[in-house]
Amino acid sequence: MSENPLLHRDLLDSGPPEGMTRGGKRLDHAEGTSTPLRPKVREPQPRGARIRGNRPVDQSEAANRFIAAPEHEKMHDERLWDLRQKRDREMHGIPEWEELRDLASAIKEHTLTHLDAYLEQFETNARANGVQVHWARDAGEHNRIVLAILESHGAKRLIKSKSMLTEECDFRPFMAEHGIEIIETDLGERIQQLDDEAPSHVVVPAVHKLRADVAQVFAEKLGSDPDTEDVHYLAETQREATRPLITSADAGMTGCNFAVAETGAVVVCTNEGNADLSANTPPLHIVSAGIEKVIPRLDHLAVFVRLLSRSALGSPMTQYTSHFRGPRAGGEMHVVLVDNGRSERLGMEKFWPSLKCIRCGACMNTCPVFRRSGGLSYGATYAGPIGIILDPTFNAHKYSKLPFSSTLNGSCSNVCPVKINIHEQIADWRKVMSETHELPLMKKAMMKAAGALLASPALYRAALPLADSALRHLPRFIIYNRLNAWGRGREVPHAPKQTFHQWYKENRGREK
Amino acid sequence: MRVGLFIPCYVDAFHLEVGIATLELLERFGLDVEYPYDQTCCGQPMTNTGCHAESAATEALFVRNFAPYEYIVTPSGSCAHQVRFNLDAIEQTEEVKQVRAKTFELVEFLHDVIKADAFPWAEFPHKVALHNNCQTLRGLRVASMSERREEAFSKPINLLSKVKGIEFVHLARPDECCGFGGTFSVFEEGVSAKMGHDKVLDQHQSGAEYVTSSDSSCMMHQQGCAERLGMPQKYIHIAQILNGARS
Repeated sequence: MSENPLLHRDLLDSGPPEGMTRGGKRLDHAEGTSTPLRPKVREPQPRGARIRGNRPVDQSEAANRFIAAPEHEKMHDERLWDLRQKRDREMHGIPEWEELRDLASAIKEHTLTHLDAYLEQFETNARANGVQVHWARDAGEHNRIVLAILESHGAKRLIKSKSMLTEECDFRPFMAEHGIEIIETDLGERIQQLDDEAPSHVVVPAVHKLRADVAQVFAEKLGSDPDTEDVHYLAETQREATRPLITSADAGMTGCNFAVAETGAVVVCTNEGNADLSANTPPLHIVSAGIEKVIPRLDHLAVFVRLLSRSALGSPMTQYTSHFRGPRAGGEMHVVLVDNGRSERLGMEKFWPSLKCIRCGACMNTCPVFRRSGGLSYGATYAGPIGIILDPTFNAHKYSKLPFSSTLNGSCSNVCPVKINIHEQIADWRKVMSETHELPLMKKAMMKAAGALLASPALYRAALPLADSALRHLPRFIIYNRLNAWGRGREVPHAPKQTFHQWYKENRGREK
Repeated sequence: MRVGLFIPCYVDAFHLEVGIATLELLERFGLDVEYPYDQTCCGQPMTNTGCHAESAATEALFVRNFAPYEYIVTPSGSCAHQVRFNLDAIEQTEEVKQVRAKTFELVEFLHDVIKADAFPWAEFPHKVALHNNCQTLRGLRVASMSERREEAFSKPINLLSKVKGIEFVHLARPDECCGFGGTFSVFEEGVSAKMGHDKVLDQHQSGAEYVTSSDSSCMMHQQGCAERLGMPQKYIHIAQILNGARS
């Protein structure tokens, strides 16, 4: 491979290590494509946003720390960009791609505008299949319902597949307080659980970690060798440690990608088969489902299944698309339908289309800010473009700064398989923050001053020559000081001798 | 055809040559171009920050300045995008609606309105990388985007292809945002500069001698990043190339 400084240096190593190839070809499926990374000097893993009670989360502070860890930042950017490119290749293989996006968006909009009817249809059909259906108004109610089910079975250990909804509900800490042991069965999520860190991405939860970071976590928590970063060794260590806990678990939990109203079935998509492991190993299966996950018919599922994994990982389909229609013989199946702010969001004129989201993470993979910041920099359940339009619906003050962590470039809206106008909603959230006095005072004052200046030709003209003469004459150390946000990473523009306005007056002076 | 020339604030202050090239280029096509003296800005800095109320007076001034013209042309895609899609802090009178509908970014005006098909005065024997500003690309839709499955097209490439001697080079991530993002460039300075550094490295790797764009704002940021990293590529507005700049 040629010397290309655009690539992470570990990508340039001659032959990939054993296990990354099969039959001479690089393994090329989904999460299996993690890049072999062997930093020569171990760079500590940058941690996420600093949470200080209800104070606004400072994403850019955490992003700067992520960028200051170049091994991590470069790997993260390239790994997610690789997913984006694979997604593009899959898209080009489907002539009707844009039509599928239109259909997916239309199905979701239709369902959301008839949500009550489809939820009741789902409930009726699920009950007819022998499933017990519960309704939870919020996170607390969800957690209490699940706890009550577990207690009624005397269950002490719960194995679960990945679910963003349970992250919303702070499910693991709640269960720990009540003496229930939780084992995550998704490998990435398990790594995050062992590291006591939230998932940084909705699909690839540990994507911000290097192999060295994982080796470190496993060494501390599972007693493996901290200096062995071989993926097979690490995976095997984890498997050996966790498998006995899984096989002897009392209860299993999964999330829900789609709840089909006409059949009452719950559909879960995974690449590791861990939803099946969680649902089928113990006799008790509990499903945590957001109310926006319902779709009317099984036919509609075909549209989403074609879009989901292509958008998420650039693979044609997830390895497993499991339909759970009822309890196993002698077992029990429960579905907890959770609102947790969704009804309120449905009533928000500008923001209700965010409920169309199928949590594929394509907007995160394509977002140039996300790729350079890491998902934990957002300090919220949801990160990246979709996160910064969802999080403020949970807490507008705490997440008031997040909508500014975007360049409004619009790539997110155009990769979104359900056509959420993400970047427009980001701009709309900025307006809401400004109108509800959530902007920092200095920012607001600057905009007031700019607005006054730019509304007055006389003031504007008076300000301009001053500005450029200042730039021309100030010594460099004043322009490039710590307070100068422009100059820290860039040179300032060179001001010409004249403004265009002055030139036009002198050369074309048709004064009216 | 009476055309009002809108020179955005940062072009006015920092890019005299871009203003002159735009004016001369439009005049080469026999247009009656006027620069209204009382113009300032399109309101984007405020709107971009969520401060729509603070943008209202600037937007009203824009409409007053440009209402008399048949077309309003500006060498900036993001400003044209602001006027066409976001100039809504003021009451949407018939006059406001018309000003919004007849405001064009230079490339789309040349390509779609006057259908310019030759630039015989222009010659640019250099390796050039094109940078499409994000609002110009995904908002004004001057070119196809990599995110969508659509027929490939590019209005700026169509125009530049008519310039003698020009050679295009290709970036590894052609549609990736450069990180300018208006007020993002100062309020989220760290990520902005990192994105800019990655962008100029990509341009350098592509072998570009020049980078061209229909937006000086992105290029102001990119040039600052390239100079900081000591990269040799130069930045030139598409108006200058089309108007016959040699280097």
